[in-house]
Amino acid sequence: MAATEPRNYPFTEADRLTVDPAFAGLRKDEPLCRVRFPYGEAAWLVTRYEDVRTVLGDPRFSRAEAVHRDEPRLRPHRGLEGSILDLDPPDHTRLRRIVAKAFTARHIERLRPRTEQIAAELADGMAARGAPADLVADFALPLPVTVICELLGVPLADRADFRTWSDALLSTTKYTPQEIQDCTDALMAYMAGLIAERRAAPHDDLLGALVDARDNGERLSERELQVLAVSLLVAGHETTASQIPNFVYTLLTHPEQLAALRADPGLVPGAVEELMRYVPLGNGAGMPRYALDDVELSGGIVRAGEAVVVCPVSANRDEAVYTDPDRLDVLRQEASHVGFGHGPHHCLGAQLARMELQVALNTLLERLPGLRLAGPEESVVWKSGVALRGPERMPVTWDRTRDA
Amino acid sequence: MTWQIEVDRNTCIGTGSCAGIAPEHFELRDRKSCPRHPTAEPDELLVDAAESCPVEAITIRDATSGELIAPEP
Repeated sequence: MAATEPRNYPFTEADRLTVDPAFAGLRKDEPLCRVRFPYGEAAWLVTRYEDVRTVLGDPRFSRAEAVHRDEPRLRPHRGLEGSILDLDPPDHTRLRRIVAKAFTARHIERLRPRTEQIAAELADGMAARGAPADLVADFALPLPVTVICELLGVPLADRADFRTWSDALLSTTKYTPQEIQDCTDALMAYMAGLIAERRAAPHDDLLGALVDARDNGERLSERELQVLAVSLLVAGHETTASQIPNFVYTLLTHPEQLAALRADPGLVPGAVEELMRYVPLGNGAGMPRYALDDVELSGGIVRAGEAVVVCPVSANRDEAVYTDPDRLDVLRQEASHVGFGHGPHHCLGAQLARMELQVALNTLLERLPGLRLAGPEESVVWKSGVALRGPERMPVTWDRTRDA
Repeated sequence: MTWQIEVDRNTCIGTGSCAGIAPEHFELRDRKSCPRHPTAEPDELLVDAAESCPVEAITIRDATSGELIAPEP
């Protein structure tokens, strides 16, 4: 590739759930684009579906190498040291295997009835208190928080504390570096306390199983145990909590698609996949990979030692893979999206997220008929300065139910 | 001893986890996983791949006895 001056990335500020039109141009004309993030060295930005999957799945691209480099990033500091996201196989496999079982489709399916019960209670609470309600605070956040707390064994009563810490952990500019460090320390100390409780007395929960793995020879360090537990707690709710209102907002702005779901709730699982493709959750691109060898992508050759950043949001709109990619179509049956990533780091919680999102949509359709924004579009307040896009507040109303 | 490797392509969702964990044993064809060879010498990486598959689409058996080696039920 000809050496050109890197473009500053992200190209534009995120606006609600719009996708930067620049990606379509890059997929066509510059599928390997030189970019510079606010921090770290320059990198290649990869925007085509097949190239994104190659970078995420091919062992010639390394995450572990990023630890030793000035990796491109949106904020001054790196993520949590000792994270599973910074490892390559076989080191990565060692940690992943310890938790993979708890997140298989089969195990997650067992959590569905309890998740339905939690969702129903939240929706009924909204109905009982009457409209308007805040879809985020009253439903989207407490649902996945409760589920991950029960799965891990984290006391739900502590949620106000770990919510703040978790928010800071995923912040780009919302908190100062010192605040982020303080919140990270607080969350790590909190988790160390829960781990100590499990050493004192066995607990039948996922955190207890992780402590058991650490203490009975599965070769993970104390730091890895703590960071893994913190990662599960944070990743286990922030993402779904953002996607529930994102999905609802997207359906409300595509009324014919919402009508199709209302007419046939059997379409919900397919709709969740299509919404995962369509909704740009990640605010920019993260987790750069380093080429360990020269690798040829459709857009050109990445040389050994160069940094590559993939853009799943762009891959999910690739016209080479999806017909009319900018159209939301809950009946779409095309290639699987890369909204959960791809390869060894494919989202551990994907099956949990799918189940929660299906339950959330089913419950809202069934229990809050006629769900809609309570005010004008401007009444939805969007988050800023954080890694995940989504509403901070989303006032909603609905038709009065018979028994309300 | 020989192990038999099977991928249920109806169950596979093409996450590419196995091909990343054990590239010498699995590859993606038409965006879904395929064993590179139907059988292999025992290798812990095969167990890793089967145990890490989120939809448990990979089965590893003893080729002679048919005994299930991974994933754990």
